Amino acid sequence: MEMFKTLIIILLSSVLVDNYVLSRFLGICPFLGVSKKLDQATGMGVAVTVVMLIATAATWPIQYYVLDALGLGYLQNIVFILIIATLVQMIELLLRRFSPALHKGLGVYLPLITTNCAVLGVTINNILDGYTFIESMVSSLGCGLGFLLAMVLFSGLRSRIDESNIPAPFRGLAVTLIAASFISLAFMGFGGIVENIFA
Amino acid sequence: MEILIAFLVMLAIALVAAVLLSVLSHFFAVEENPLKVQIRACLPGINCGACGYKGCDDYAAALAEGGVKPNLCIPGAQQVADQIAEMIGAESQPFEDKIAFVACNGHCEATFRKAKYEGVDTCRAASMLYGGDGACVYGCLGYGDCANACPADAICLIDGIARVNTARCLGCTLCTTTCPKNLISMIPQKTNTVVMCNNKQKGAQARKACKNACIACKKCEKVCPHDAIHVVDNLANIDYSKCTHCEACVKECPTGCLKTAVFPDLPEGIGHKELLG
Repeated sequence: MEMFKTLIIILLSSVLVDNYVLSRFLGICPFLGVSKKLDQATGMGVAVTVVMLIATAATWPIQYYVLDALGLGYLQNIVFILIIATLVQMIELLLRRFSPALHKGLGVYLPLITTNCAVLGVTINNILDGYTFIESMVSSLGCGLGFLLAMVLFSGLRSRIDESNIPAPFRGLAVTLIAASFISLAFMGFGGIVENIFA
Repeated sequence: MEILIAFLVMLAIALVAAVLLSVLSHFFAVEENPLKVQIRACLPGINCGACGYKGCDDYAAALAEGGVKPNLCIPGAQQVADQIAEMIGAESQPFEDKIAFVACNGHCEATFRKAKYEGVDTCRAASMLYGGDGACVYGCLGYGDCANACPADAICLIDGIARVNTARCLGCTLCTTTCPKNLISMIPQKTNTVVMCNNKQKGAQARKACKNACIACKKCEKVCPHDAIHVVDNLANIDYSKCTHCEACVKECPTGCLKTAVFPDLPEGIGHKELLG
């Protein structure tokens, strides 16, 4: 029961409180780039979630059973980047084969997940926080869902922005960034809620 | 010694990754039609969409599967049309220039406004509010989204409706995707018989909304000697692969929504943006 509680808290806090895009400001590139249309934003969110999960499943054992065992902890960054890049390439291959429409829709942003700092951030933070394997997986699932949530919310907001009459100096990227900062502010309201959810 | 271990660990991980990727790419390779690749290389690759497909890739795929005309690429013009015809073994056809056409003749005297609209002055915003302020929900709203989208300044707003200046139209299709009423389509440039209406309501309702509307009386359908015109969803529809422009339907049409020589003789020097200054 205690473990179940911990997992719920990890999941909720990584979705809402420590949202990677809106609170930690990681993974902003696809957040701004692919959030124009709801279906593409959802596709990107799901793709990142899958990559985060697989990346965590691959990097956690490598950190503990290879790097730490051999005293090579300092290789963490470069090894994780290598593994994430490989996994993204694999997912691209599989998507191209089994879902050409999604592959086409994501376009250049799919290979860009390779360098998406949110994915690297999740894998490294899982190690830094000292999570067990299961906790790490739940945390990456939460981070992925948080990313998906941010993408979906923001794509909805952007379609409203498209239809409104914006003063000329704010058109384009300016108003998009302002809108992003408002969502980020709104997410700050979650601070402190999750820790006390079972209190 | 330690650096050797680090080196070997990195090498091992990289090797596993490389082997995994090359095996996967071998087993899950996407087989592409070689003809498609060949055709794709021949197309200009600017993905303008003027051919009616989603981009050069889509058009190449459709060509490789067959049954599609090889002369639809507007930027490629005659040269590309000839090359593609040779590749797919079809006879070379003369290249057809296509131009934008606005299927509405609801000018100020023919129709009226059902409400006074004071919102954002774009067609897109107006159409989101109960389909716009025009009496006909299918017709041109006249706020000029298409004119603003046109890179060649070829669309003018005359008497409350958009009109295409044929001398300036590039055939880029940007206006067709901008119009919230989907009024604008691409038609062969030599065409001179067109349906200038988009109203899919029944005759009486259409007539009430606009004097120039198609009332789906089917007179054109009966009189056409080439079986080229049909009334679908209460709206006359011309199949340009059969139409010979004999104008039999134009003479028969009671409301005048079938027209010849629809293209207004706009002075070549004037465009919407120039009029606005």
